[in-house]
Amino acid sequence: MASVRKLERHQARTAYLFITPTMLLFLVFTVIPVFMALYLSFTNYDVLSRKDWVGFDNYRRLLDDNLLWLTFRNVFLYAIVFVPFNIIISLSLGMLMNRAWRGVKLFRTLNYLPTLTSSVAAATVWIWLLHPEFGLVNGLLSYVGITGPAWVAQTETAMISIILVTLWQSVGSNMIIYLAGLQGVPEYLYESARLDGATKLDCFRFITWPQLRPTTFLVSTLSIIGALQLFDQAFVLTQGGPANVTKTPVYLIYQQGFNQLQMGYASAQAFVLAIAILIFSVINMRMTKAEESVI
Amino acid sequence: METLGNTPLKKGIKKTVYYVGCALIAIVMFLPFYWSVLTSFKPDEQIFAMPIKWLPTELTFEHYKKAFTTVPFGLYFWNSFVLAAAGVLFNLFLGSLAGYAFAKLKFKLSQPLFRVLLAAMMIPGIVTMIPSVYVLQHLPLFGGNDLLGDGGHGLMNSFWGIILPGASGTFAVFFMRQFFLTLPTDMLEMARIEGCGEFNIFLKIYLPLTKPALATLGIFTFQAGWNSFLWPMIVLNDPAKATVQMGLQAFSYNFQTDFGPMMAGALVAILPILILFLLLQRYFVQGIAFSGIKG
Repeated sequence: MASVRKLERHQARTAYLFITPTMLLFLVFTVIPVFMALYLSFTNYDVLSRKDWVGFDNYRRLLDDNLLWLTFRNVFLYAIVFVPFNIIISLSLGMLMNRAWRGVKLFRTLNYLPTLTSSVAAATVWIWLLHPEFGLVNGLLSYVGITGPAWVAQTETAMISIILVTLWQSVGSNMIIYLAGLQGVPEYLYESARLDGATKLDCFRFITWPQLRPTTFLVSTLSIIGALQLFDQAFVLTQGGPANVTKTPVYLIYQQGFNQLQMGYASAQAFVLAIAILIFSVINMRMTKAEESVI
Repeated sequence: METLGNTPLKKGIKKTVYYVGCALIAIVMFLPFYWSVLTSFKPDEQIFAMPIKWLPTELTFEHYKKAFTTVPFGLYFWNSFVLAAAGVLFNLFLGSLAGYAFAKLKFKLSQPLFRVLLAAMMIPGIVTMIPSVYVLQHLPLFGGNDLLGDGGHGLMNSFWGIILPGASGTFAVFFMRQFFLTLPTDMLEMARIEGCGEFNIFLKIYLPLTKPALATLGIFTFQAGWNSFLWPMIVLNDPAKATVQMGLQAFSYNFQTDFGPMMAGALVAILPILILFLLLQRYFVQGIAFSGIKG
């Protein structure tokens, strides 16, 4: 009996030893920063000299910060278009590629390739693709007699450009996630539905879509969190312009914190963004977990 | 109806439509790659030519030469490689140590600690960004700091400032734990009876069995490290320490109309991941499917 307890104690000691590096790093680079972010958002910390308690001043200042609310509006517009398209396209691709025909693997690979690119490289390539005069996109449009817009330089199309790049970069890996989900849907469901005379549309509505709800939940949650923290593409492709229509909250927080060194205020902005992300994730959770299908 | 739907002719038409559709999608997804490769080898006068020249009549390496001479891409390439490789080594080792402890060893705080780690994954990165800089700057005894963390610059402007915060990602711990759970426990008991030490059981018996999981995790960690942009840009001020992504961004910002070298630079930034993917394709697909199912 005593030896069993000794073994257990030895085991526990080993376990704590094994997790120590991970937990230590977690403490230093996640736990402490989270609490510090909250504290800093009530100070006027500026890196160089000041770190005084200013109470709710930063949060009061937020309310009148028109640029901040503009960036929120921008990123909401972006998310409202990007997230549904991301799901529809990845799901369609997944369903299309979910068969064992010859050559399908090659198609999957080609659709997956864009997800390997870094956001900076992708944005760089798309600056050139969307060039108003000599770019590929407008070149193709001119074949069918359309004069394309100036894309990244025009207020109406700048955000559309970012949506195009990010969709191009993200549908491939979500397609694979959906493929894995589709392969988990039991075949007999379709067979018995077909026996009952269900059409293809019925099969999708009553079998595929509900069965894929956990997958859709995962994909939509990840893309909402990512979309609301959009930065790289906006920074490289449009530099937040023209006229700030593609400036995002993370972009603004970066500038406020690291160019203007108003880190206290930037922390308050970061908290507001985090709350927005939380709210949207919860709404999304309600929607994808709802009993009735959303579509 | 049933017989009509299965005539060979109709089947043939269906298949043709399917393949044409899939090919069109794949072409659209692949076109940006083709276009940028093409541009990087075209002489300037052919880059700016309308209508589009789909096949260049002349090839040139000038753009690659220019990209590498105006910007030290070789150095940046090396920096990025060191950062990404260090990230892989740390995550594989620390992630599997902790993952093994959470999956195979019994200790009191196992469940609560693991839950805290998982819950923290939901915290958006932007919240911890600013305070993490503070933490890096004020780590005691690093980079000229005294015991209280003042006086020096800590780990700012050092590679460790990028490696350490990501050295044991929660995803790595979670991923490895899930894999260790699938391995049988009786080997562990046998080895204990034989008098094998706990660390050796982990290192010599269990770790070799996780090679496929390690490969997958390694690839994803490398890709994330290689492609990351915002955090390195914040931490590293010294131009000699810049990464490929930072160099590419600076280049495309400073030489906005030099599309030849810009595409050359972007392709160079993508190439390592592309090669990794072509060599180890199946691990990529396994990894995404895994995170999709478990998520």
